[in-house]
Amino acid sequence: MSDDALRTDGGTAAVSRARRTLGEMTAGEASLYGVLTLAAAFYLVPIESGLVTSFKTGTAIIETAPFAPPGGSGFTLEKWQTAIDALLRGMGNSLLYAVPATIISALVGSITAYGLTIPNWKPSYKALVLAIIIAGIFIPYQAVLVPLTQFWSQWVQLGEILSFVWALGIPDDYVGIVELVITHVAYGIPICTLLFRTYYKTMSDEMMESARLDGASLRRVYRRIVLPLSGPMFAVVLIYQFTQIWNDLLFTLVLVSTESSAAAPVVLILAGLGTSMEGQDFALRMAGAFFAALPTLAVYILFGDEFAEGVAA
Amino acid sequence: MFNFYRRLHRAISPSAGDEDARTDGGVVSEDAPAASDPGADSGVVDRIGSEIDRRFGSDFVESSIFWLPPFLLMALFVYGAVIWNLFISLTDYQGFANAPDYSNLDFGMYTRALADSGFIDAAINTLILLIAFTVGTLTIGLILAILIDRGIRFENTFRTIYLLPMSLSFVVTAQFWLWIYNFNNGIANGVIGVFGLGPVSWLGNQAIVLYAVIFALMWQFSGYAMVVYLAGLRAIPDEHYEAAKVDGASTLKMYWRVIIPQLKGATISAAVVLMVFGMKAFDFLYSLVGGYRPPNGADILATKMVREAYANLEWAYGAAIAIVLFGMALAVIGPYLVYEYRRDNL
Repeated sequence: MSDDALRTDGGTAAVSRARRTLGEMTAGEASLYGVLTLAAAFYLVPIESGLVTSFKTGTAIIETAPFAPPGGSGFTLEKWQTAIDALLRGMGNSLLYAVPATIISALVGSITAYGLTIPNWKPSYKALVLAIIIAGIFIPYQAVLVPLTQFWSQWVQLGEILSFVWALGIPDDYVGIVELVITHVAYGIPICTLLFRTYYKTMSDEMMESARLDGASLRRVYRRIVLPLSGPMFAVVLIYQFTQIWNDLLFTLVLVSTESSAAAPVVLILAGLGTSMEGQDFALRMAGAFFAALPTLAVYILFGDEFAEGVAA
Repeated sequence: MFNFYRRLHRAISPSAGDEDARTDGGVVSEDAPAASDPGADSGVVDRIGSEIDRRFGSDFVESSIFWLPPFLLMALFVYGAVIWNLFISLTDYQGFANAPDYSNLDFGMYTRALADSGFIDAAINTLILLIAFTVGTLTIGLILAILIDRGIRFENTFRTIYLLPMSLSFVVTAQFWLWIYNFNNGIANGVIGVFGLGPVSWLGNQAIVLYAVIFALMWQFSGYAMVVYLAGLRAIPDEHYEAAKVDGASTLKMYWRVIIPQLKGATISAAVVLMVFGMKAFDFLYSLVGGYRPPNGADILATKMVREAYANLEWAYGAAIAIVLFGMALAVIGPYLVYEYRRDNL
């Protein structure tokens, strides 16, 4: 909260920059805030209505307005209970690949961006390599799916390479998790490199140049100077990548494939939750949606600024 | 042998004469080992290494350990896979066979696509989705950015709220919108009911469903467009606003004539990213129905590709559709990357 107060101060400072039409009437200002609040409602209502619905009984769903809170008799935690039971193992599986894949891709992105920004080699070649890497951000993943399936099923049979792991009693479905980590790292390199690249470009290179003149190797410069200064960008990249990887459905669908698998990630289970012969159980779906979104919501609420920076780059 | 190499190199490389002009020590170390110890293996390595240095820059070889392995991994998974996909699309691969038969390549899958009305519909829907979604999202984002940029209080709170949906998974937002578009109890029918309209079967009516989906996607990503535009607006010097004011331009005119034209860069980069998000609408449509077949009228290439390959096991056909999708993406991002490269923005 105190944080918020600080930020509003920043906002008023912007006003004093005198860019805005200062002498405007309060009526105009009031309508401005009116529009902004309406827009905020537009963005919040789907989420709010999902939240209240997740606490409703079957009859309350039909009888109360979709955005109204459940009355005393219409309130139930049963759907959350069911959703958590169904999704908890998926949550664990998702963490199992999202966390390592996020950390590795951030590190790799930082190293790649360093090699393509700070060392002294021909800028036009650097830009070419970068262009080839950055183009990878925009590839529709559909264009690589069939080869990806071929690659993991026929060419690199991780399941056999890791047979010693399954011998320990871990279900061999978990090979999908390992595949997801490697796949997400590979496809995460372009965006992570781009984010770090924009950051390193603005770094003052005096310190690095003098270190280089003193005979420090590139590795030393990275470890002693660049890496310690990369903290803020690591926050941005880790948050952005975690959200992306956690939220992705397509790769989990292709690499893990069934929601009944022991290694099924949370998005995969959620996509099929609450559909049955009797029709759709909306309260259950909403509870599941919220539960699955908890990690990304928490990250967003705690680190919203870093997230905004990540998406803006 | 070495002299021969050097002479050959001098002959083919027009810039070889510039060696002496270099200020750093590279030239000295380059000649020294070759002169003192010609023919030794280490000399050859050094020689080639420094030759590369001269061509690419002094840190090229040493820095390659940083970027080359990730570059190769990325290239294998992105470019290798796309090329591989192209080959698969030329085979007749289908069913439970382990691998395609590459001995007989033809364009059969592409002619099949052109004769498939489902493919044509999906292609048209994809175009509609990309264009309507991108234009709509940019417009909303721009309006929000301009409003927020007017020095309001609680700027951060508003911004956080507008961007919130973007942190959610398509799988999650699809659940929300499924509920909103519910025929009997959904908010959408409630809202238009106030005006005496509806109820409308948002997801059941073929003519409407695609736009209902586009609206949901706009809800999710207009906050992103706002953030990009906000950054663009902040980069415009205050004097431009003041000059327009002095000229007596109305606020609306000022934005239209002076400010918006300066947001070209922001618009282009946001549009490219939004199109990429639009192509990922697969996750949303899949979650909406919990399966490979989206509601009738909302099939796009992304969903059709996955359905053909993973539900119908028509691998080659799926690969061909993927190539078409890739071509569409390339038509957007190719010019964009050239544009950024020319502007030295990479």
